[in-house]
Amino acid sequence: MDFYSLLIQLLNAVQYGLLLFLVASGLTLIFGIMGIINLAHGSFYMIGAYLAFSLASLTGSLLWAVLLGTVLAVALGLFLEWALFSRFYRREHLEQVLLTYGLILVFEELRSLILGNDVHGVAVPAALSASIPLTDTLSYPVYRLFMSGVCLVLAGGLYLLIQRTRVGMMIRAGSSNREMVQSLGLNINLVYRLVFALGVALAALAGMIAAPASSVYPGMGTQVLIICFVVVVIGGIGSVWGALLAALLIGLVDTFGKVFLPSISGLLVYLLMAVILLWRPEGLVKRT
Amino acid sequence: MTRPHLTLRRILGAAAALLLLPAAAARADQPKIKVGLMLPYSGTYTSLGVNITNGFKLAIAEHGGKLGGREIEYFTVDDESDPAKAPDNANKLIKRDKVDVLVGTVHSGVALAMAKMAKDTGTLLIVPNAGAGDITGPLCAPNIFRTSFTMWQSGYAMGKEALREGKKTAVTFTWKYAAGQESVDAFKEAFEAGGGKVLKMMALPFPQVEFQSYLTEIAALKPDMVYSFFSGGGAVKYVKDYAAAGLKAHIPLYGPGFLTDGTLEGQGEAAQGILTTLHYGDGLDNPKDKAFRAAYLKAYGSEPDVFSVQGYDSGQLLAAGVEAVKGDISRRKALIAAMEHAKLDSPRGPLTLSRSHNPVNNIYLRKVEGKENKVIGVASPALADPGRGCKM
Repeated sequence: MDFYSLLIQLLNAVQYGLLLFLVASGLTLIFGIMGIINLAHGSFYMIGAYLAFSLASLTGSLLWAVLLGTVLAVALGLFLEWALFSRFYRREHLEQVLLTYGLILVFEELRSLILGNDVHGVAVPAALSASIPLTDTLSYPVYRLFMSGVCLVLAGGLYLLIQRTRVGMMIRAGSSNREMVQSLGLNINLVYRLVFALGVALAALAGMIAAPASSVYPGMGTQVLIICFVVVVIGGIGSVWGALLAALLIGLVDTFGKVFLPSISGLLVYLLMAVILLWRPEGLVKRT
Repeated sequence: MTRPHLTLRRILGAAAALLLLPAAAARADQPKIKVGLMLPYSGTYTSLGVNITNGFKLAIAEHGGKLGGREIEYFTVDDESDPAKAPDNANKLIKRDKVDVLVGTVHSGVALAMAKMAKDTGTLLIVPNAGAGDITGPLCAPNIFRTSFTMWQSGYAMGKEALREGKKTAVTFTWKYAAGQESVDAFKEAFEAGGGKVLKMMALPFPQVEFQSYLTEIAALKPDMVYSFFSGGGAVKYVKDYAAAGLKAHIPLYGPGFLTDGTLEGQGEAAQGILTTLHYGDGLDNPKDKAFRAAYLKAYGSEPDVFSVQGYDSGQLLAAGVEAVKGDISRRKALIAAMEHAKLDSPRGPLTLSRSHNPVNNIYLRKVEGKENKVIGVASPALADPGRGCKM
């Protein structure tokens, strides 16, 4: 393999890693800060993609679909936290798993009833539909670069929100000691509700952004869920920064595994997880 | 004297008794033939299961709902496309309902389990879709029939077609599972036998859809063509990614029909012009297909697809056997012989069965035009699967 192909593969790896990060960041927030094992996170990704599809065909513009869809996703997150999840913080993890697994079934069935089981495509907006030629046979779709850009911007935004704002301070405090935050007179329930809505919105946003590149199909949520858990575990539970590192690492290992070790490429990501957990049982970034 | 009140209940009762009369008469005559439909009625393959069922019932309806003078009674089980549940599900039909014929299914893993059961119990089995070579290979048996295809057939036909188009080098790319492997192996067999060279055979784990690094690899290898098997959601993403990577203009993409069947809505512009091979397609200009499409549309209000055709031919095949023995299905040898030698007038064109009970039919060359897989020629006329491993 020549140097040029290697560079392109590197670009593929980073781009895949960034998209993984976008989905996994919401999972790690909910998992780490609220202690909820949310198996339904993949469903939020799926809901986002289907929202993009139906809203884009309704409004005729992906931008409007993403804006509207994000608002809807936040509303869904607020509602679910109020109706269901707020009652599960002090329960066993097994009960949370049962609740969120049930939600997967409910969401999949609703999707099937409302929109059917067909595979749909979402058109890439005209402004982003071009491709940049890299070699005489290969070009790189602008939309993929745009996706990476959006992921980077969101990663930066998340960092600022959590590390540099008052709300972020409350989130961090709430994750380490819920009772203390309450006794200081802060409304921890509101903080949790906001974090959950944020998590749902991030997953849905990832689904909406990915929809034009990956198409929209039944079962897309469960596929993404497993790899997201790997990201969260490798990165260190609850750490957004760790999730970014882990997602990029997985992107690299997966992409170059497929190129250099095609026969075992499916295993490599899990091998990576095993090695990292042996080396650092708490994941790459330890919670403080 | 009391006159009986003519209440609604009595009227209904009388009506019900009247309705039951013909059925009772038929029962007195000869018992119904029990057909067990084991197909996916939930999950990703739901529409396939429904279309196969519709096609099958249409064929039976065209015989007046009776075969050899006997009525047909249906038993259905949703196989959920889950191989782990397959033995249990097949047992429900074979042992509990005591069906005479088992029809199913879509998923190859489930169908293989059904074939094993059929081989053990001797129940007549008609496979209306699953393309695993083993079913009419090592697992073949006198009572196991298939009306669909093997992955080998479309792959082999495309290997020959690629040579005719002057292609010298190819890369194959598929999911790492039986169906994909059988398809690309058959392509390679035909392509290399005619002097072509497969530069690299790439495969990614099922059902992953992150194709980008493989597409970069293809661009670096610069083959004359790419042969790929993907289906459903994976096929939509693959065809779109292939076009978006700019490969489509330089390195044409070929595949078995599954690459573009039932997926064109999602693939849109990216699929236009792709050539595929399959035993059915749009715009087949034969009277049987036209009649079938019209009848199907009238009965179900939707256009038939290749799965409807396979279901329909399963019904036709059963009819050919049962009619030949005049409904006496205990004459097993004669029943099976009649099915083996059946010459069916299928919407796909003439259809006979090979020695291993797999369809022998034309494999068509199809080109994606708009939302259709237009038939533009015959890639391999009356192509029979070699049935490797079948001792019968």
